[in-house]
Amino acid sequence: MNPIVNFVKTCTSIWLRGNKYYWGWMIFLVLLIISGIAAYSNQVVHGLIQTSMRDQVSWGFYIGNFTFLVGVAAAAVMLVIPAYVYHWEPIKEVVLLGEMLAISAIVMCMLFVTVDIGRPDRMLHLFPFLGRPNFPNSLLSWDVLVLSLYFLLNLIIVLYILFTSFSGRHYNPKILIPLVLISIPSAISIHTVTAFLYDGVVARPFWNASILAPRFLASAFCSGPAILIILFQILRKVAGLKIKNEALAKIAELMAYAMFVNLFLFGAEMFKEFYSHTEHVIYAKVLLFGVGGTKVHYFMWPALIASFVAFILFLLPKTRNNFYTMNIGCLLIWFGVYTEKGMGLVIPGLTPDTLGEIYVYSPSLTEFRVAAGIFSIGFLVFTLLVKIAMPIMNMSETNSRKKIGHTNT
Amino acid sequence: MKKNLPRRVLARRKFLKDSVVSAAGIAAGLSLPGVLAGCIGGDLDAFLQKHFLELTPAELEKVVRRIEKDNLKKFGKTTTVSAKPATPGVSFAYALDLSRCIGCRRCVHACVKENNQSRDPEIQWIRVLEFPKEKGIDFSEANPYYCAPSAGPLSDEQKEILANPESQYPLYKKSETEGGSACKVPRTDHFYVPIQCQQCEDPPCVKVCPVRATWKESDGIVVVDYNWCIGCRYCMAACPYGARHFNWAEPKVAPDDLNPDMHYLGNRPRYRGVVEKCTFCIQRTRNGRYPACVEICPVGARKFGNLLDPKSEIRSILEHKRVLILKNDLATHPKFFYFYGL
Repeated sequence: MNPIVNFVKTCTSIWLRGNKYYWGWMIFLVLLIISGIAAYSNQVVHGLIQTSMRDQVSWGFYIGNFTFLVGVAAAAVMLVIPAYVYHWEPIKEVVLLGEMLAISAIVMCMLFVTVDIGRPDRMLHLFPFLGRPNFPNSLLSWDVLVLSLYFLLNLIIVLYILFTSFSGRHYNPKILIPLVLISIPSAISIHTVTAFLYDGVVARPFWNASILAPRFLASAFCSGPAILIILFQILRKVAGLKIKNEALAKIAELMAYAMFVNLFLFGAEMFKEFYSHTEHVIYAKVLLFGVGGTKVHYFMWPALIASFVAFILFLLPKTRNNFYTMNIGCLLIWFGVYTEKGMGLVIPGLTPDTLGEIYVYSPSLTEFRVAAGIFSIGFLVFTLLVKIAMPIMNMSETNSRKKIGHTNT
Repeated sequence: MKKNLPRRVLARRKFLKDSVVSAAGIAAGLSLPGVLAGCIGGDLDAFLQKHFLELTPAELEKVVRRIEKDNLKKFGKTTTVSAKPATPGVSFAYALDLSRCIGCRRCVHACVKENNQSRDPEIQWIRVLEFPKEKGIDFSEANPYYCAPSAGPLSDEQKEILANPESQYPLYKKSETEGGSACKVPRTDHFYVPIQCQQCEDPPCVKVCPVRATWKESDGIVVVDYNWCIGCRYCMAACPYGARHFNWAEPKVAPDDLNPDMHYLGNRPRYRGVVEKCTFCIQRTRNGRYPACVEICPVGARKFGNLLDPKSEIRSILEHKRVLILKNDLATHPKFFYFYGL
């Protein structure tokens, strides 16, 4: 039989097998996706007036989520560096799971951009040859380019590892290793370009800060591994992933350093704003104290506290090596970074607007439903990828063991 | 028999013959068929239209005629859509006399009327800011909603005032005639700064557009191709003057209100989901007329002309008055100057 057909058939049969938790999870995701599609259809018919965005705050929840998820996509792959340096046992699995998380995150990023634009029918205008991308001037053109390339790169790597394992062959290191080596700087580049997208906007002093790109990378190094730590533990329990406790503790330790850098850079930015106290301080005030009824600060303080507590939890060896406190730390980091890099970045950037008007933005129901739908699509993609990855990887191991056994006898 | 078919059917047949184009169409159609149909409204010609600057003269002619036909269908009104290019040796500039402006917002409404902006929700290209005199131009003190209408129906006295062309009672929006205008301008101890597109020499909005849907024409006017804009709103984030506006909903203009004298890059009807902005009334100024806001201004605060003509009024102002530009630290080099004439 054609190996590709066989591969697809096996994947499908794996997807259709699962316990009640698997099916419950899938149904939950599908329901949210349906709700999101319904909300988005309504938005397409009536226009973006269904969101709470207006001329004064022209980007909102969608772009905030996009920014956060670019970080997740980038960090998942950057984890390959320490995995290699510290000789974590299952390096192949760490690479594979990281790249799968990256694929899912990029799918979500692309969907968030798509739902945000006013004319999705003209998406092709963004691409070389089909449209008129504005190279080299527009950072958004660059972002579309690097995100697409990064997506393709990860997809190829994941499919290649899975397919060779499935066929019982060992991957060809001459093909795989250069691809993985390219994917690491690409991960850094997608996040830098996304930071520059904001950084280059001279009309918005809150974004126009050179510290933004380093801050983005530091916070990404916290949020991406946080989900992987939890995932590794789940897979170790249910799918026999062999990852050592020391490796998990090492990731947590690295996250502590990243969080320290993140908080330090944030503090440096806030010092500059509040000490110099120019007219630009108003954006920092929107972020931390609220001006004219803005609401970001209600989320920002808990987020900062969460990030700080997570930093302490990951810094102390005792709490770092305790799975209970480590997982709490991961959840705190998710909340902290999600707030800081989502609404905590977009809203103070745009409020007050360039002529000083304060428009209080909070996402509409349509925005929440569409966003929940997109997150569900991302989780669905990720679940399906992980679901086939584990049996196939185990399969290849038993295959190779069988082969070794044969040679022995 | 072929001649009897509607034009759109013929166009579609031609489209099907063209394999390259249809491949692109199918690829796009497969992705999100329902969404797509909703967006393009079934208008394939518009969907496949090239970027304005890539159209040959013959193609441009066709596009312009198609838009006129769409207008007739939509509004039941004959319109002329021009695509007149810039005249060589012309670079437009604008000057606004801050010592004369009384904040009556007549320019705001004349602009809406001239440029066929959506009336509901109403889009305004000019924003008049009121500042307390002792603060100077400090945007954190700006009030764009001065003299906001009070609730309830208009009193007879208010109706009379509003009907009077000499009225000094400014409306914020036309639709707000439902509520009374609350005060008489200029208010004591306040001054007014109308802000619209500053037609920058180095426009940040043009720099950031990911699809080159907006650009600066040779006469200095920054324009948008409403058929190419993808509605990402990056230009709105990048504009330091809040001059760009988005069609959040389907733009609504009553046929009676429609100005039939149109330009492709200016006041032709817009689509939902695209960005628009002041074009110095390109449909007027490229034919030697003044922008609508200049004509309507009751106190003569607004001046307009060709920067390259040494005898123009704008040159005289630049030579004899002390002018200022907004946010000069951003080096956008506006061609919209403010001055104190008195």
